Amino acid sequence: MAIKTQPVTVNLGPQHPSTHGVFRMRVMFDGEEIVDVEPIFGYLHRGSEKLAEERTYTQIVTLTDRMDYVSSMLNNHAYILAVEKLARIEPSPRGVWLRMIASELQRVASHLVATGFLIQDLGALGTPLIYAMRERENILDLFEMICGARITNSYLRPGGVFMDAPAEFWPALDRGLDDIVRTIDELEAYLSGNEIIFSRTKGTAVLSPELLINASITGPMLRASGVDWDLRHRAPYDYYDRVNFERILHTASDNYARYWVRVQEMRESVKIIKQCIEQIEPGPVRPSFDDVPRLIRPPEGDAYVAIEGSKGELGFYLVSDGGISPYRMHVRASSLINLTLLRDMLIGGQFGDLFVTFGSVDLNMGEVDR
Amino acid sequence: MGQAFLDNSLWRNVYCFLAGDSSSCASRDYSAGLLPAGMEWLAFAIAAIIIIGLFVNGVLGGVIVLIWGERRLFGRFQSRTGPNRWGPWGTLTSVADAAKTMFKEDVVPADADKILFNLAPILIAAPALLVFSVIPFGIGTYVADLNVGVLFIMAITSLTTLSVLTAAWSSANRIAILSALRSVALLISYEIPMALAVVGVIMLAGSMSLGDIIVAQGIPFILVQPLGFFVFFMAAMAEMARAPFDLTEAESELAAGYLNDYASMKFGLFFLAEFMAEISTSAIITTLFLSGWRGFEPIPSHFWFGAKLIAVLFVIIWFRMTLPRLRIDQVLKFAWKGLFELTMINIIVTAILIAIWPEPTVRHLWYMAAVNWPVAILSIWLVTKLLGTPAYDRTQPDSNAPEYPVGSEEIPASSAYVVETSAQEGGD
Repeated sequence: MAIKTQPVTVNLGPQHPSTHGVFRMRVMFDGEEIVDVEPIFGYLHRGSEKLAEERTYTQIVTLTDRMDYVSSMLNNHAYILAVEKLARIEPSPRGVWLRMIASELQRVASHLVATGFLIQDLGALGTPLIYAMRERENILDLFEMICGARITNSYLRPGGVFMDAPAEFWPALDRGLDDIVRTIDELEAYLSGNEIIFSRTKGTAVLSPELLINASITGPMLRASGVDWDLRHRAPYDYYDRVNFERILHTASDNYARYWVRVQEMRESVKIIKQCIEQIEPGPVRPSFDDVPRLIRPPEGDAYVAIEGSKGELGFYLVSDGGISPYRMHVRASSLINLTLLRDMLIGGQFGDLFVTFGSVDLNMGEVDR
Repeated sequence: MGQAFLDNSLWRNVYCFLAGDSSSCASRDYSAGLLPAGMEWLAFAIAAIIIIGLFVNGVLGGVIVLIWGERRLFGRFQSRTGPNRWGPWGTLTSVADAAKTMFKEDVVPADADKILFNLAPILIAAPALLVFSVIPFGIGTYVADLNVGVLFIMAITSLTTLSVLTAAWSSANRIAILSALRSVALLISYEIPMALAVVGVIMLAGSMSLGDIIVAQGIPFILVQPLGFFVFFMAAMAEMARAPFDLTEAESELAAGYLNDYASMKFGLFFLAEFMAEISTSAIITTLFLSGWRGFEPIPSHFWFGAKLIAVLFVIIWFRMTLPRLRIDQVLKFAWKGLFELTMINIIVTAILIAIWPEPTVRHLWYMAAVNWPVAILSIWLVTKLLGTPAYDRTQPDSNAPEYPVGSEEIPASSAYVVETSAQEGGD
C-alpha cells in the first residue's frame, strides 16, 4: 500500500542559526528531500550604492568596508582601482605592494571564515570554526598594526594606502605567515581526510562547468569545477603579473571541491605575500596631495574594474559627472551572483545538505544586499 | 523484608536504622530502631522515599556538575577558557543557568495541543530518571537489582522517542515534526544493534541482572567483547542523539528541532533529560563493559565506578566536540549495513567461544579476548572498506576543460532564470 504523502513548506530564516546573516528561504520538503526552494533576500539592504552618490570619492572607502564585512580590504582594493582608472591616478609602488599584502591577508581571513562556517554547518559544534577564527584573529591583529582597525579597515586610498606599515609589522607578518601555514596544515590534517566530512560533501550539489559559466559564477566556486579563471592571472591588476602563484583547480564541482579549493588558495596567498615582501621597495605609500588631492574631481566618464575577490569577481562600476562624488556607483557583488544557482544546487538534495551547500557558496549577506 | 533488599547496603542501613524490633535486622549489628516494633511497613515506606530522593537528587546534582564540566571541557577543546566567572573555576555557572531558566517566561504557542505540550517534558524526564534505578553505583548501592535489568534499560530508554514525538506533535511546528521523524527513524534503527550488542555480554554473564554482569566480569568485558563495546557505544551515542548523531537537535539545520517552541523550565526539563541520558548511558557502558564498581582494594567501589563513569563521559564529550554530524540516510545506513552486521559477527563468535568454554574463568576470558580482538579489528576494517566513501577518480582538469568566455547555444539555462512560484503557495 502506497502511503499518501504531501510536501511540506517550511520557512527557514531570516532568524536561523546558519543563514550567515539574514537570509530567508522558503523550502518545500518531501520528507527529507528538497522539492523547491525560493530564496528571499534584502533584509540587510542599507543602500550603500545610493549613499555613495552623496559622498566624496575618499569617503566612499568606508562604505565599501561594510559591504562584505569579512573581506573589507578586497572591497577597498576593487573600489580604489576603479577610482584610479576613473581619475587616471598613477599609484605609488610601495602603496601598491602594501595593498597587495593587505588584500592577500584578507583573502586568507575570508577563506578561513568560509571554511570554518562550512564545517560548522556540517554540524561540528564550533571547534573547527574557533580554530579558524583564532587564526583570523592573528590576521586582524596585523591589520590593526598597519591601519588601526580590525574589520572596517578603510586602509586604501586613491593612489596607494593612507599610512606606511610600522617597523614592527614586518617581523610580525613573517611570524603570522608561518602561523597561517601551520593552521592550514592542522585544519587539513583534521578535516580533509575526515570520513564524515568527505562522505557528507562528496557528490553533493554538483554543478556543471557550463552551467556555472553561463550563470556568470566566478571565484572558488568556478575553479572547483575545473575552469581556469582567476583574474589575478587572466587580467592582472596592480603588480600581480610580477608574482608567481598556482591556480588551484578541482574537477568535482561539489561541496568538497569548493572547500578544498579554498583551503589550497590560502597557501597560494601566503606564497604571494612572501613574494610581495621580497619585492617591496621604500618610498611614499601614496602620491603627494598635490598630485592626488583629498577632493578628487575625475573627468566625466565611467570606469569598471574587477578584481579577484575572496568570493569571486568583485567589480566596481563608477560613473563620474565631473563632480566630487560619483554620479552612480554599482557593485558587481560576487556573493549575490554566486547565490543565483542556489536552486540548481539544492533541489533534489537532502535537508541535511541544505545549509552545507549554502555555506559552500561562501556568501556574505552584507554583500548580497549591500 | 526480603533478603534481596537486605543485600543492598543502602536499603539495609536506612531500613534497619528506622525499623524497630525487626527480625530481619536482628542478625546484624543494629540496636533497636527509631520506630516501635510492628511499624516495619512505615520504616519500609520511609526508607523507599529517602533512597529514591537520594538517587533523584544525586542524579540532578550530577547533571549540574556535568553541565559545568562539559562546558569547561568544550572551552579546553576549543582553546578558550570556558565558564570562569561564577564561583571558583566557574562552578556556579550551571546554578546561575538553572535559576535563569526557571525565571523565564513560559510561552505556549497558540496552536499547541496544551495537554500534550505540558505532558511531554514530564514524559522525557521520568524515564531518564528511571534508568538509574537499576544501576549499581557501588557494592550494594542501587535502588533495585532487577533480574531483567538490561531489558528494563532497553525498554525505558526507548520511551525518550515517544516524548520527543509528543513534544514535536503538540507544538504544531513543522521543523519540530521533521526533527521528531528523524528521532523515530534513529530509534528504530539503533535499538536493534544496541540490544544485539548486549547479547554477547549477557551470554558471557549468563544473566540479565546488572549486579550479576559485574560479578561475572573477571576482566572488563571491553577486553572480551571489543566489537560489542564498539557497537554499543555507537548505538548509545545515537540513542541519546549526541554528535555525530545529533540529527534531532541539529542546530545548523533545524535550529533546535523538537525544542523550538519550548521555553522556561519545560525547556529546562528537556535539557536535564538530555544530560541525565548522557550520565545514564555512561553508567550503563561502565557497568556492562568496564566492570562497573570493580577495582582493587583499598580504594572503595564507589570511587572506581565514578572514575570509570567520568572517563566514559570524557570520551563522549570528546566525540561531541570533534566530529561533524552525519546525514540521516548515512546514519541509517551505518546502523543497518554496518553495526547490525558487526553485532551478528560478535554474537556468532561469542557463541562459539562459550560452546568451547561454557563456564568461563578469568583465564578463559583472556583466551576469548585473544580471539575476539583480531575478529573485531578485521570486521571493523572490512565494514569501513565497504561503507567508506571512495576517493575521487580525478581531481585535476584535463586539457579540454571549458574556458570561461564560452558562448554556446547548448549551454543549459540556469533554473534561477525560470522561477516557478510553486513554493510561494501554502507557506504560513
